[in-house]
Amino acid sequence: MPNVRVVNVTKRFGKITAVDNVSLHIHDQEYFSLLGPSGCGKTTLLRLIAGLIKPDKGEIYIGDKLVNDVPPEDRDIGFVFQTFALFPHMNAWNNVTYGPKVKGFDMGKASTIGHEVLEMVKLHERLDAFPSELSGGMMQRIAVARALAAGAKTLLLDEPLGQLDAKVRNELRYEMRRMVKDLGLTAIHVTHDQSEAMAISDRIAVMRKGKVQQVGTPRELYMNPQTVFVAHFIGESNFLEGYVQNVTNGEATIELRGELKVKAANKGLKEREKVVLAIRPETLTIEKEAKKSRNSLLGTVGRITFEGTNIRYEIKLENQDLIAIIKPSLVGEWLNIDDKVAVSFPPEKAHVFKYPDIGLREEIAVE
Amino acid sequence: MLLPKLRLAEALDGLSLKSSVKNSVYLIAIIIFIALILLPPVLGIIIKWSTMQNVLNEPDLTARALTAIQNSFIIAILVSLLDIATGMPLAWLIARGKSKWLNVLDTLADVPFIVPTAALGYSLLLFWSEPDGISSFFGASLISPGWLLVALLHFTFSYPVIVRVMVGALLDYKMEYERASRTLGAPPLTAARTVTFPMLKPSIIAAFILAFARSISETGATMIVAGLAFENGPVYIQKIKDAYGAGVLSKVTYEGATVFASLILIIISFVIFAIVRIAGQKLKVPQNRVWPSMERRLSYSKAEKSRNGVTLLIFFLIVIVPSLFVALPAFEALFTKTLSDAFSSTGIWSDYWQSLLTSYLLGAVVTVLNILIGLPMAILIARKKLGSFLSTALDLLVNVPLIVPSIALGASLAFFWKENFSFIPEMWLLIFAHLAITYPYFVRSMSAAVERIGVDLEEASRSLGAKPFTVFRTIILPLTKYSILSGAILVFTRSVSETGATLAVVSTMKTAPVVIVNWVKTKGLASSFDIGLGCGLLILFSFIILLALRFIAKGKGRY
Repeated sequence: MPNVRVVNVTKRFGKITAVDNVSLHIHDQEYFSLLGPSGCGKTTLLRLIAGLIKPDKGEIYIGDKLVNDVPPEDRDIGFVFQTFALFPHMNAWNNVTYGPKVKGFDMGKASTIGHEVLEMVKLHERLDAFPSELSGGMMQRIAVARALAAGAKTLLLDEPLGQLDAKVRNELRYEMRRMVKDLGLTAIHVTHDQSEAMAISDRIAVMRKGKVQQVGTPRELYMNPQTVFVAHFIGESNFLEGYVQNVTNGEATIELRGELKVKAANKGLKEREKVVLAIRPETLTIEKEAKKSRNSLLGTVGRITFEGTNIRYEIKLENQDLIAIIKPSLVGEWLNIDDKVAVSFPPEKAHVFKYPDIGLREEIAVE
Repeated sequence: MLLPKLRLAEALDGLSLKSSVKNSVYLIAIIIFIALILLPPVLGIIIKWSTMQNVLNEPDLTARALTAIQNSFIIAILVSLLDIATGMPLAWLIARGKSKWLNVLDTLADVPFIVPTAALGYSLLLFWSEPDGISSFFGASLISPGWLLVALLHFTFSYPVIVRVMVGALLDYKMEYERASRTLGAPPLTAARTVTFPMLKPSIIAAFILAFARSISETGATMIVAGLAFENGPVYIQKIKDAYGAGVLSKVTYEGATVFASLILIIISFVIFAIVRIAGQKLKVPQNRVWPSMERRLSYSKAEKSRNGVTLLIFFLIVIVPSLFVALPAFEALFTKTLSDAFSSTGIWSDYWQSLLTSYLLGAVVTVLNILIGLPMAILIARKKLGSFLSTALDLLVNVPLIVPSIALGASLAFFWKENFSFIPEMWLLIFAHLAITYPYFVRSMSAAVERIGVDLEEASRSLGAKPFTVFRTIILPLTKYSILSGAILVFTRSVSETGATLAVVSTMKTAPVVIVNWVKTKGLASSFDIGLGCGLLILFSFIILLALRFIAKGKGRY
């Protein structure tokens, strides 16, 4: 069965290490995403799995078979390209039946498969159309149908929704997942869009600079980010710098700039250690009176952004640090610029990370 | 120095705002095109139409003409197909390979381009036929002058054209399509057959047409290697002219035979180009029948290595070594009296230096003229300034001189200008002839280059306040500089090589290839050292000029 294993794989292009000693295990029939900013190596990793490029080091297994020296046509995979790469000189039908034909199936069988997959993507009535006559969404569906028709059990998707409009993209997301699940396929989906990855995947690997930062379900990544970068890239986080002042059972006191003190959950922190505190904007509570209470910080409302569903406040703390808060716009009273407020958070909702050696700004940079 | 130049540019910028000025620049370009390039190659033959009567009554001459033309087309088709079959694997190797030696290979592929065809012809003659060449291994002349040697020659000089066009096409081609094919289960060879080649078909057709046109037109080198008995179209026309010059044929018979042969050459060329263009579009590579197991076996390791081996063998043995073989006697000549003869320009050498000067001067003038009148035309075509119908029509008409074999073009030009405008000096006629021959190449490559620059860049420039000529000066010119240079190199080399049209047009003037053909064809006129050194010097100077042109453009960027 097509589980995919990547073991200690490294790929260099000149001086750049695009994929740096990556190991992953993607289970059979899993919908798996490779998520990261552009240049993180996610597409390179997908191409390594497809056999379009060869690794410098490491092994790749598809269905427990070592495929390092197997050419792409024999890896039993389907690949959907970001640009779709529909053959412009063939109509939809010939594109879709291309796989069965080059694999040497007889015409009857090729045509049965062609009808099946076109039915599946609901484009049967457009089988005469050439790619140039199809809309972006249709091209995407033909590209998926073509990959499925080749009979592969592993589907590799390189930003398959990247070229589509927002609305179409959201619809096709669910359709893709449904199709993969209905057919019992293993899917590896590359994207830089975290909301797409969260919505579509069973598990996600967050990548950065050729390395895997964390692998987990969307919920795990959101609730328990293991690195500063994941806390930043999945959802949104406020980052506050500080030192661990003292550690008691289960809780730590962190001293921020300006001698402000807050409490956070303790996961093996050492006293006097420099740390970064990551707090999600939606976990913060805001009080209209600037009154000290447990685990609260005082500040003034700066910028206010109305985003539709939510309203977003930027609070300037006493120590001049900025902190963002998101509130549902239909709940409670709105604040005004220059209002004095107190913000607080439950200690267990704050994630504390060791301060990155390369600096915070550099650590969370996505470019 | 800078100031007046800037003033001129500013003055032109201002002028270009007036649409009357802008329009008249385009109008002049169109008028010159129609008057100098489009009509004379055809009109000359039409005005001599009636002389054909005199030849139709002479079955000997017509039969000879028909055989010669048949030879021309058989060789052209055969050679073009063989060139594509053998040039494609080399282009593939250059475009796709990873070895750093491929750069060397890439440069070597241009060698037959740089060698003027007359020198190339002599070089091949030495290599394949003369006792000093490869024949020395066999104890007898391996390939005597005749149709096989002509075919080999045409194969050799068309080869770089095919490789150049195909390398360009392969580099532009989006690999994604081929990768898609591979992931769908196609081995490399199947992917190439079903996806890559069908998508590159327009380039393959263009390459075929270029090779074909060159083979139909080439005269000088062909005369050198044709021997005494063998004739193709251009050789036949030239022999008729020689016979007239020697007083064997009357003027009307000569004119009639030339018109007869030229007309058939033009009509058949036209029909073949039309068929290739129209049928080529419809021609489908079989998609449905596939032979997975066989193609799979041919795709990998051993098969690939032996394919590359054969390709390189053909490239070196049939293209490179024969092309450069003339360097051997040229080198030997350095140690004989020939060298001092040459540089003191004694005897036949004074003729040589004069002709060399004529050739390069002609090449330079024709190149400059092409840039002046060809560039506006290229912009007209690329930007569809005259509406889509007229622009497409111009686009097609520009190719007319390409279809007319150059010796027929020269003959027609000679008839047209000499009959009607006899006061025009011969040098001008030569310039017109070479301009007509090179114009399609230049306009073709420039309009493609202009098309590659997005209209949005021009619009951005206009929106920032640039006047029309400022746009041309600051956007189009810098971005197409590399293309202009390569277009200029193409024009220059073509002009220096051109023999057929030159022979047809001139009566007294001589260009370098004409002199070399004459040396080879006239027994006892020049020693093999003379000819070798003559060819060697021609190649050397051409090479130095090309190198200088490349050096000027170097570092100025390819965008």
